[in-house]
Amino acid sequence: MSEFLQQVVNGLALGSIYALIAIGYTMVYGVLRFINFAHSDILMLGAFAAFFLAPKAQAIFGAESVLGAISVILLSALICAAIGMLIEYLAYRPLRDRPKLTVLITAIGVSLLIEFGCQHPAVFGPNPKAFPKLFPAADYHLQGLTISTNDMVVLGSTLVLLGALWFMVQRTKVGAAMRAVAFNHHAAALMGINVSRIISLTFAVGSALAAVAGILYALKAPAIEPLMGIQPGLRAFIAAVVGGIGNLPGAALGGLLLGALETFAGGIPGVSNYRDGIAFAILILILLFRPAGLLGKLQHEKV
Amino acid sequence: MQPDLSQPPQPSSEPLLQVQELKVNYGAINALDGVSLKVAAGQIVSLIGANGAGKTTLLRAISALHKPRSGSIAYAGRSLVGLPPHAIVRNGLCHVPEGRMVFANLTVLENLRMGAYLQTDHSVVEREMDYVFTTFPRLKERLRQSAGTLSGGEQQMLAIGRALMGSPKCLMLDEPSLGIAPLLIKAIFEKIVQINREHGITILLVEQNANLALEAASYAYVLETGRVKLEGPSAQLRHDPEVKAAYLGGR
Ligand SMILES: Nc1ncnc2c1ncn2[C@@H]1O[C@H](COP(=O)(O)OP(=O)(O)OP(=O)(O)O)[C@@H](O)[C@H]1O
Ligand SMILES: [Mg+2]
Repeated sequence: MSEFLQQVVNGLALGSIYALIAIGYTMVYGVLRFINFAHSDILMLGAFAAFFLAPKAQAIFGAESVLGAISVILLSALICAAIGMLIEYLAYRPLRDRPKLTVLITAIGVSLLIEFGCQHPAVFGPNPKAFPKLFPAADYHLQGLTISTNDMVVLGSTLVLLGALWFMVQRTKVGAAMRAVAFNHHAAALMGINVSRIISLTFAVGSALAAVAGILYALKAPAIEPLMGIQPGLRAFIAAVVGGIGNLPGAALGGLLLGALETFAGGIPGVSNYRDGIAFAILILILLFRPAGLLGKLQHEKV
Repeated sequence: MQPDLSQPPQPSSEPLLQVQELKVNYGAINALDGVSLKVAAGQIVSLIGANGAGKTTLLRAISALHKPRSGSIAYAGRSLVGLPPHAIVRNGLCHVPEGRMVFANLTVLENLRMGAYLQTDHSVVEREMDYVFTTFPRLKERLRQSAGTLSGGEQQMLAIGRALMGSPKCLMLDEPSLGIAPLLIKAIFEKIVQINREHGITILLVEQNANLALEAASYAYVLETGRVKLEGPSAQLRHDPEVKAAYLGGR
């Protein structure tokens, strides 16, 4: 029983990270109807931003301080928000009225450019780097259950961010404008909405969430390197599709589901090597029965 | 309230909206081939024409949803060419698009609020909202409902109401009768005339139903394959043998 609960905790922690990343895929899909493959690299850039900011924060706030960790995370999120907006402005905006396939291929190009550009010795270099501890780490034991501060930070920040995102999208004017743009660019423009600005904002929000996810992921991982975004990025993309691409709660649900599946499959003796295979087989089954994803509605327009 | 159809407001000499020699193409297709038209302030002007004549294209070009190849569009004495769509709305030129395009994923209330997106004065938003509710009381009963679940007629009311939320000086309506039951069409047209009479909102009305369009408007243009074929006061066009044969069911 406690082992099961332990797996639930681990699965939720991993799934939260996937959820944060998946939201960026689904938001961009919502407003532009394409998959921003460079999104997985934003989370890597977020981790690297934190890697370079951490020593500075340490100099100011002292080692492993909570305030230092928060400022590192916020600054990295801001940097990535700016990078996300820049990518949209430079690479995707000029292609706004082009076929989706053109944009999709461009996105793959941007992704490869970032990944291999960052491997250049003058940038980050290809070698893994040990990620600094941002805050005091400890394990708490509760009736045979081990919960690390790390897991608590992951779960807590995911909850807060998802809540804030929900509020923004559902309760603010700019959130309603985002939903209006997601429905139809022309109709939104006829309301006086500056569609390009809303799209820019969408990239900023999605990229900021990815940056936080990248840092949380790096805290769990042994080291960071320029290709580190690929695997969690792919899983989060699948999570977004399983949840129903374009649907925000769906992306969160898909992320949690994927994290849980991966964790549980990894915990079964004898099959842990095939955990990805098992997880993906289940996802394919879900998509067979619900082609639009768990919470998605069937649309005519698809990539 | 029964609007008085017999007395259209006196057109002023200065047109609020003026399009000159507008050419628009989609690739090799010339959708508009040099269209000129004037809409005087306070008037209802109709644009009639068969499928594919270019009516929607003209409204989309005025709203900057599609870039014209050449020609000029002036509104309230200013050129609109080159402005982005949201800047045009800011000037009080609102467009109810063909097919209504209400935000199906938003509630009725959110749709109306989107119509007032640029309005920062909350009291103005409240006032416009009240006016929309007196014009279309049905909408008030459906505020929390998602717009996608409204009937076609209700969606058309919402689309018009949403445009009214932007405090327009000029309203462009693209086939408000599309896909709506005949009885409701009549009611919606009465509302359109009422909006014009009560608020002095200038209206450019695109319609395939020429009978209705000519009844509501004081002046009309007949568009045929991207050109203005005929124009004149509605009363005159209604008795034009060509118009009768082609658009009024030969009566
Ligand atoms: N996006 C587009 N791409 C290519 N051609 C287009 C496009 N939109 C319109 N057209 C063409 O331009 C011409 C004018 O179309 P438009 O929609 O303006 O006609 P309309 O008068 O509004 O017709 P309807 O009464 O059916 O709405 C048509 O021949 C149409 O096929
Ligand atoms: Mg049309």
